[in-house]
Amino acid sequence: METLEFSFASQPLPGAHPPAIRGVVGSGNLEVLIVAAPNDAACHVTVNTSARGFRDIWHAVLEAFATRHPAGQLDVTINDMGATPAVVTLRLEQALAAFAEGSP
Amino acid sequence: MNPPANQFLRATRSYFGATARERVAHLFDAGSVIEFLPPEICTPSPHLARLGLPGAQDDGAIVGRATLEGASVLFVAQEGQFMGGAVGELHGARIVGTLARALTDRPRAVLLLIDSGGVRLHEANAGLIAISEIMRAVLDTRRAGVPVLALIGGVCGAFGGMGIVARMCSRVIMSEEGRLALSGPDVIETVAGVEEFDARDRALVWRVTGGKHRLLTGDCDELVDDDIDAFRSAGARAVRNASERAPMLADLRQRQDVLARRAQRLAGLNDGAQVWRALGIADPQAISMLTAEETMALAGELQ
Repeated sequence: METLEFSFASQPLPGAHPPAIRGVVGSGNLEVLIVAAPNDAACHVTVNTSARGFRDIWHAVLEAFATRHPAGQLDVTINDMGATPAVVTLRLEQALAAFAEGSP
Repeated sequence: MNPPANQFLRATRSYFGATARERVAHLFDAGSVIEFLPPEICTPSPHLARLGLPGAQDDGAIVGRATLEGASVLFVAQEGQFMGGAVGELHGARIVGTLARALTDRPRAVLLLIDSGGVRLHEANAGLIAISEIMRAVLDTRRAGVPVLALIGGVCGAFGGMGIVARMCSRVIMSEEGRLALSGPDVIETVAGVEEFDARDRALVWRVTGGKHRLLTGDCDELVDDDIDAFRSAGARAVRNASERAPMLADLRQRQDVLARRAQRLAGLNDGAQVWRALGIADPQAISMLTAEETMALAGELQ
């Protein structure tokens, strides 16, 4: 397992929201937990992944997410069991949508 | 009078294909779920981390309080897609804690949404101890007058220790897709050989562990369609009608006699279809095509 930490500048998401989680830590899948972190302007991401040596790809996928969506002032925790970049992007967007609409 | 146009278009939501969180979200009354130890305040299993495996925040067991058609209940939902729903130390502690809480919260029932292959082998002894603690907790909860209901219809069924736990519950509700047994098909094949049991023969696996078989042998109390709404209705009805009395020694002896007679009567049979014939079903081949409702009716006739 490898643990990676990232921080990206991103537009803040307005409003107070309860935490949201989407996805399952199953083969080729991942869970994404989003928690509000109002004291940090950036989007902070912690990745625990079963696949070692993919830091650059994680960086690219997460940076694209933080650029495309308002994800500032958020703490994102990812537990990953070898998901492909497309699945990671999908789960991030599902989790952010759930977070924004306040459904846990 | 014409039936309403949407009668045939009613969306069903498969229980089998849903994640544990989706089951919880759609089984209980909207907005009523309060999760104990939610993912944001938990950390994944340190045992898995030591083996280099990523864990889940909730360790594959969602626990909490909710209402089911108005009745207050506690619940446990196992995530079959995470490590096969297997019971590790944290996973087990969450289940035990929820059952223990029933002693003080006094809910109308505790619902176990079982979806598990049994003990999590990565955690070995801790997992085995967790299973034994869950068994004790189920009995303590029932003795305190709170019914414990087992719902089985997930991808992993209820095997190993969780198969035993299911049979210790007040009532077992299954779908045809759900499976209930002790040793899983692959374990039997590995230990006893493919001649004894071919784990890749899916039809055989379901004929000897599936919901219909369990209903007909009396190990399951109610068979429902693979639909979260069907589980919801059956669960709510069971909660309304449940009256828990402490199991007495005489009950256990009587049950033991029933099981001993069954083992004698069915000895030597090696397929569900043979068992069904021995139980008095004239056309066992027709069973696989019956709906849950028809199978329930048939099981009622057998008794």
